[in-house]
Amino acid sequence: MSNQPANTTIIRPIQKLNLGRRGMFRIAGMTTLSAAAIAVLGGCKTMAATPMVSEGDVNTLNVALGLEHEAINAYQLGAESGPPAKAGARRRGPVPKPPQAASRCPDRRDQEHGGTPVAEKPMNDYAKALNASTLKSQADVLTLAAKLEKGAANAYLGVIPSFESKDLAQVAGRLAADEVMHWTVLASALKQSLPEKALTFGA
Amino acid sequence: MKRVLILAALVALPTARAEAGGDAAHGREIYESRCIACHSPDANRVGPRHRGVFGRKAGSLADYSYSKALRGSDFVWNDQTLDRWLTNPQALVPGQKMNFKTAQAEDRADLIAYLKTLQ
Repeated sequence: MSNQPANTTIIRPIQKLNLGRRGMFRIAGMTTLSAAAIAVLGGCKTMAATPMVSEGDVNTLNVALGLEHEAINAYQLGAESGPPAKAGARRRGPVPKPPQAASRCPDRRDQEHGGTPVAEKPMNDYAKALNASTLKSQADVLTLAAKLEKGAANAYLGVIPSFESKDLAQVAGRLAADEVMHWTVLASALKQSLPEKALTFGA
Repeated sequence: MKRVLILAALVALPTARAEAGGDAAHGREIYESRCIACHSPDANRVGPRHRGVFGRKAGSLADYSYSKALRGSDFVWNDQTLDRWLTNPQALVPGQKMNFKTAQAEDRADLIAYLKTLQ
């Protein structure tokens, strides 16, 4: 592991990527399809009425949104755990979070399409679920992060066959690629060797 | 007739494997590689906690927010139901929200063997 604090060199950059990625679930405009899906996640009936997104796909997206919530909070926990970073390198207070998905929809009363967006939990809930109190060192933080990233990569790969929409399946593939990228950085920092076998992920 | 018997045997194979008992140690490896993104043995996360899942009524944890479909289901998690769930959750409980499939029968058997240890 380098002499640079992991918070600064690894955790923060990945955290920043994750924050930007959650926006993908929120910001309409990638494609009509994803805009509709995001509308469903936001509980917007008028947009969600589109037949392009199936209920199953909405459910899967909602689980993905839950994963994104947890990932962002896990990295925040990681950034706040372990030895302090160099003076000035560490942000004061929590990383600002983007507005909630549901807030983009003008009519939150309509959440009847099976599309009630999964809510972000309080940070303490994530801390408890992830046993954050046991994170005593940079290695602890990186190990937890690597475990979650590997799991997330496999999770996104695992839901690809379930998507009815090929566009959303591709999005899941791209998210999985992101997770693998994060895992590789973390594994490298932990001085873990790369897997010896091919097709390590998704099986 | 022979073809029908072969097909019947193939359909029965996964459940038979699960009942035969998988490799719990390998199941744990799979769990910590694939399931851990959403699940933990002792904490509700994106998915519900798994300790005690074997033998528990599906959708019955009071402190986890299940899909309506799973909350309204009426079965117990055992070798057969877990195998069907891991094979294709949507086929077992239409409207559920997991949608993660475990394609290999041996992996499912190993996972189930591990889940049995979470008592």
